[in-house]
Amino acid sequence: MEAKEIIARRVAQELKEGYVVNLGIGLPTMVPRFLQKGINITLQSENGFLGLGPLEGEPMPGVVNAGGVPCGLVPGAAMFDSATSFALIRGGHVDVTVLGGLQVDEEGSLANWMVPGKMVPGMGGAMDLVSGARKVIVAMEHCTKEGETRILERCNLPLTAKSRVSMVVTELAVFSISHGEFILLETAPGVSVKVVRERTGARFVVPENVGRMALGIA
Amino acid sequence: MNKIVQWPEIGPMFRDGMTVMFGGFMGVGTPLGIVAALRESRVGQLTLIGNDTAMPDAGVGPLVASGQVSRVIVSHIGTNPTTGKKMIAGELDVDLVPQGTLIERIRCGGSGLGGVLTPTGVGTVVEEGKTKMAVGGKEYLLELPLRADIAIIKAKRADRAGNLVYERAARNFNPVIAFAADLVIVEVDELVEVGEIDPDMVMTPAALVDKIVLSQGA
Repeated sequence: MEAKEIIARRVAQELKEGYVVNLGIGLPTMVPRFLQKGINITLQSENGFLGLGPLEGEPMPGVVNAGGVPCGLVPGAAMFDSATSFALIRGGHVDVTVLGGLQVDEEGSLANWMVPGKMVPGMGGAMDLVSGARKVIVAMEHCTKEGETRILERCNLPLTAKSRVSMVVTELAVFSISHGEFILLETAPGVSVKVVRERTGARFVVPENVGRMALGIA
Repeated sequence: MNKIVQWPEIGPMFRDGMTVMFGGFMGVGTPLGIVAALRESRVGQLTLIGNDTAMPDAGVGPLVASGQVSRVIVSHIGTNPTTGKKMIAGELDVDLVPQGTLIERIRCGGSGLGGVLTPTGVGTVVEEGKTKMAVGGKEYLLELPLRADIAIIKAKRADRAGNLVYERAARNFNPVIAFAADLVIVEVDELVEVGEIDPDMVMTPAALVDKIVLSQGA
């Protein structure tokens, strides 16, 4: 199974019935495909609505997602302005946000908006999402293409938010961050704690029983 | 008072060095006719305030490409490589502001507020040079109001008095910037008689709107 699919499948298990969820661009948008049957969530789109759905048929005027790409609206969707959209985000009305990351550290800080000298796209809504959502899940591949770990003692790229990440899901492992502790919750099938340790720069707690990432077909 | 104007009357409203707030998210909800009029007016040294610089040929992108803009205050420039190139070349000042903070600063500017306290950006480069305050044991940044000389707005429908209705996610920054500029110009697809828009459906009240121009091709 491809790394991205492993990550998306595992993140999907964190989304519970009735949750309001904001998904970042890229990998996080794969997550709804793997939701368990019978689980209904509402997707929030930072550009101003609740009830984001897949595009069915022709694009509709003014209906685009946070990437500016035509999308659909589910029955019961609600449209609003950007101030309302970010009141939802900052005000704790979004249960979970799932974002991609460049780096995460053991303090639960996230860097995902710029690489000095290389890429300065801007933070868009990411800083507000990470500051305001009740639960922040970072969904990213464990290492860069060059094989460097993305999970560090301290991020060395500019931060998106400090100490706000609750969970990190990679193709190798699931970590949770609570009360200042960075904890290894699960490893992927066939991946040992030793391998996770070798590819992780952060110090983490290994509980007696480390779970196994369940990736069953939903 | 007649607010309806024709296209040739739009150009003379612009001048060098103006600050222009624009509606739109990746160009969706940006008044493209007014952007074209700004281009043709050849005014320069503009400051643009809005969510993003879209793409080189979308939204406000053409104004960045034509060199008429000296500063942008936006949350995202990643989809417009021209913005990035001009920034690196020193031809364009780019102030990156988290999206939720940007819209709140505009809301403050339009609502008589002296600023807003937000947790977004605490512990990141965004806090540099800003007043930090603790309220109830939590840290916030003081973010200051933004106003503009002109707001350029795209609406789906207006009545002749200037009551506005937006379409889907094309609403975004539009209703908020309507409060925050000395002159508010609206481009509409559809103009109806006063009384034809249900008062409960009005998204921007006519009192905020100064000029209305009908979209070409509408």
